[in-house]
Amino acid sequence: MTSSAMPPATPAPNPAAPLDVPPTGPVTAPLATPAATQAAPGTPMIAIDNVSKWYGDFQVLTNCTTATRKGEVVVVCGPSGSGKSTLIKCVNALEPFQKGQITVDGTQVANRKTNLPKLRSRVGMVFQHFELFPHLTITDNLSLAQRKVLGRGKDEAVAKGLALLERVGLKAHAHKFPGQLSGGQQQRVAIARALAMNPIVMLFDEPTSALDPEMVGEVLDVMVELAREGMTMMVVTHEMGFARKVANRVIFMDKGEIVEDAHKEDFFGSPRSERAQQFLSRILSH
Amino acid sequence: MFADFDFKVILNALPYLFLDGMTFTLTLTALAAVGGVVLGTLIAMMRLSGIPGLPQVAKLYVNFMRSLPLVLVIFWFYFLVPYIGQWVTGAERPIQVGAFSSSLITFTLFEAAYFSEIMRAGIQSIPRGQAAAASALGLTYWQSMGNVILPQAFRNMLPVLLTQTIVLFQDTSLVYVLSITDFLGAASKVAQRDGRLVEMYLFAAVVYFTICFIASLLVRRLQRRVAIIR
Repeated sequence: MTSSAMPPATPAPNPAAPLDVPPTGPVTAPLATPAATQAAPGTPMIAIDNVSKWYGDFQVLTNCTTATRKGEVVVVCGPSGSGKSTLIKCVNALEPFQKGQITVDGTQVANRKTNLPKLRSRVGMVFQHFELFPHLTITDNLSLAQRKVLGRGKDEAVAKGLALLERVGLKAHAHKFPGQLSGGQQQRVAIARALAMNPIVMLFDEPTSALDPEMVGEVLDVMVELAREGMTMMVVTHEMGFARKVANRVIFMDKGEIVEDAHKEDFFGSPRSERAQQFLSRILSH
Repeated sequence: MFADFDFKVILNALPYLFLDGMTFTLTLTALAAVGGVVLGTLIAMMRLSGIPGLPQVAKLYVNFMRSLPLVLVIFWFYFLVPYIGQWVTGAERPIQVGAFSSSLITFTLFEAAYFSEIMRAGIQSIPRGQAAAASALGLTYWQSMGNVILPQAFRNMLPVLLTQTIVLFQDTSLVYVLSITDFLGAASKVAQRDGRLVEMYLFAAVVYFTICFIASLLVRRLQRRVAIIR
């Protein structure tokens, strides 16, 4: 059964404060100030419709259908090789797909007429291996795309970058090179770099898998904060604690198929498929 | 043979050797190296682009150039270009290309084949995730190449590029086939005029060796300084 759990007509209540309401608690600037989107709250920001993908003869994605609505946090999990990273990379066209359709904020990703750089600049992405630019300082890493893609002036881009750097707690490292930072610090810079573009949605591709265990927490904290501020997020991760804390929905993939697409409570309470049950018992038992 | 070794011959020839000869050699080396790296980088990008046809054209060019002796290319180019120019422009007489321009074009085109292989290795040494990260931020292909990939590839390959430039520096002596006065050409002319072959050729060898040896040492020191921390 493929994606039998259709998303409900009304969105799940988001525990996070809505965007237009100032967050309670410590008075700090929000991490993200997303650019205006066409989508109203509750409408699909990312619509993945019947997507299939092959590497040669080998099918990596089979008829994947799901949607991420504005302000929603969707966690994608599953065993390695299940196609979850591939699926998320299809969303900003880093990976091409042969069948189906993906729409991001009303723009068709696979359409030849789509201005891909423009679309990608609105979709933030965080990679497993950080992928900071090692020949540039942290400041330049944060401002490069702002200046080249968004056409911001140098002062504006640097100021924006530094403000975000402060929010992820790394302002003191602005002058350093990525190689001088720990993995956790690099990943937090990578998140700040993506946020500097004012993305309408953030994609996370196993953001904590390459980190030493003691650094996972600092990265997850930033992501939790981002989720609470109402950022639309699609997160490939094995961190079930993160999923329990902030996810609205959990998608379980196996062998290139979306096996389960359920509300967090339903997924952790009583996953319907046997494969998801096995996966959960294995991942939660240690 | 060394009994009448005459240092004075060398001393008298110094201004001519260096002001005329070495100036030409260094100018040609520098210009051909810059041109070769630029053209070589473009060829490497063609070779790695997925656009149908481009990689094959680039590969053909590189293999063609690498299969020919440099002297032959210099020679042919000098005599052929005027006629090709005439044929292209439809002029009445062969287009005169000076010996310097001709040798500069030849060395640029020839060295580009070698530099392109170095730059190709350099580009391929950059993890694929870097290009993905650049694309994900919205950078176009050229922005990504110019700001992310090529600066890293260039820095990784700088020692190899400079070593190839040292080879180029030695190879420029082959312009003697066009009777151009480069450093070796100047030494050779003095040697034959004064009948002092031993002095002049020995001196030329010492100069070439000294320059290349020091340059290699500098490249090795530079290698340690430009390494990118990962």
